Amino acid sequence: MTRKIMIVLRENEVAPRFDLTAEVYIAVLDADGAIEHDKTMVLAHSSADDLCQLILSEGVDMLVCNGIEQEFFEYLTWKKVHVLDSVMGPWERALEKVRNNELQSGSILFDRPER
Amino acid sequence: MNPESFGQIEGLFDAPLEVAPLLDQLPLGIMILSLDQKILFLNSAFEALTGFDRDEVHHVPCCHVLRTDICNDRCPILNTGDSVKPAPQTGTILISSREKIDVRLTASALRDRNGRIIGYMETVEDLGTHHQIMDHQRDLQGFSQIVGRSPPMQKLFSLVPVVAQTDSSLLITGETGTGKDILAEAIHETSDRSDGPFIKVNCGALPETLLESELFGHKKGAFTGAESDKMGRVRLAHNGTLYLTEIGDLSLPLQVKLLTFLDDKIVYPLGDADGYHVDVRIIAATHRDLMQMTRDNAFRQDLLFRLNVVRFHLPPLRERDGDVRLLLDHFLKIFSVRFGKSLKGFTRTAQELLLNYAYPGNVRELRNIVEYSTSICPVEMIGLEHLPAYLGEPLLDVGGETGDVSHVEEPVSWSSKEAAPGMNWAAIERQLIVDTLVKAKGHRSRAAEMLGWGRSTLWRKMKFHGLES
Repeated sequence: MTRKIMIVLRENEVAPRFDLTAEVYIAVLDADGAIEHDKTMVLAHSSADDLCQLILSEGVDMLVCNGIEQEFFEYLTWKKVHVLDSVMGPWERALEKVRNNELQSGSILFDRPER
Repeated sequence: MNPESFGQIEGLFDAPLEVAPLLDQLPLGIMILSLDQKILFLNSAFEALTGFDRDEVHHVPCCHVLRTDICNDRCPILNTGDSVKPAPQTGTILISSREKIDVRLTASALRDRNGRIIGYMETVEDLGTHHQIMDHQRDLQGFSQIVGRSPPMQKLFSLVPVVAQTDSSLLITGETGTGKDILAEAIHETSDRSDGPFIKVNCGALPETLLESELFGHKKGAFTGAESDKMGRVRLAHNGTLYLTEIGDLSLPLQVKLLTFLDDKIVYPLGDADGYHVDVRIIAATHRDLMQMTRDNAFRQDLLFRLNVVRFHLPPLRERDGDVRLLLDHFLKIFSVRFGKSLKGFTRTAQELLLNYAYPGNVRELRNIVEYSTSICPVEMIGLEHLPAYLGEPLLDVGGETGDVSHVEEPVSWSSKEAAPGMNWAAIERQLIVDTLVKAKGHRSRAAEMLGWGRSTLWRKMKFHGLES
């Protein structure tokens, strides 16, 4: 069974804020997590409302983002979109984790020194 | 990170000064950043404000944790390069509980003895608190954001400043929507602890095990998933106020632990044998009848006695003679400014209906009614047609003085946050529908009822706005 995911982007990282996102990555993954096809979209302007509309019109199953307001989180969850928020790090690393079913809300994916 | 291991300042005193405890005592949120803007340290006030833990986000670029709307084009560090001078900027941040709050950010460079920049310090000030202080100073008809002229409220206003100066535990009771949270915060701001943190914990929002860790903290390894030490909200409120809302929802085991803390003022985090002394004022609030709960063995009587040193009861709006008119004008003025409208008032019929309505949701309901009416009214006077349709319908049974009225439906209103000037009606209506559907948990019939529309009207409008999928 395929699933469609969206990652909100800012340069090479997951965008810090959903409502200020200007670029998104969308991919369709097959049952094994392989990418069937993907695309990057540059948005005309940043708007949480418009982004929600895009997510619904694209039929996205999973959203990967960092900061998102409660009302949009609840709205998308109600619309059966699985929202993984507070994900911080390079978006390609987030994608890799999604493909392996390892990504969770609150995941921090930056390289950091050992404590 | 162990706070003691963060760093030291040498040369100021005979012995090196520990930096972490010094910064933890300050009431302002502080981030210490590396040259490449990665987080090296967060103080306790920053943790309390944003909900992020310093250990959790160490070496994460600051924009991913702060999540401001000024990061993209107005970053105070990137824009000024080497010549960073403290220049406050206002903006919003998204905290870990997915709430957007107004803040003032100030960045400054940290230099070594040769003047070379070695890092940055960024301070974060919660403007919500600041605005409330300003309101308090200019508001002559109430206390802080609480407005009223009725005898019970006047009595309350005369007592609150006196009680605020004491350090006694305080219990606030009152029906939903009467302003318990606002009163608690106002008391904190008026007290000698106003420079300390105001930490709010909703006792009904988390399961018992999580709440215990959230309140009292835990030690690394105390349970599966406890990957680092957590201070807990009680310790974060040190030298400030701990506000426990919905205290009636606290489980009995946690009531015992809270009782122990109130007795000796020492916090024992989960898995930690050491106790930490905490100086904190407790304010508790509930809409439940705690006396009845003690009779039903659902709430410990000894805890009630300790919390009930001073008790404020916020009267429901139906018992506040004359305040409805005052509040209608008050909120009309606020929302007219916020929405950029020049509304003159209510028509005679609309006013009559509003004055005679029972307001089971109290001030919150009245505020939402005015917010809704102000947003949709295209003319100068708000008429009957601009009021929520349900106002004309007969009311369900309303809870008693302190009865549980949490079931009372709030009126439909669209969020003021979305009230951008110049927003057209279609956008407003779409937002209203989305908000209502969220409130109704997606139940369309219920949403239609809340909006005062028929189900088919709602369906037609959802289709029009592309929300039918």
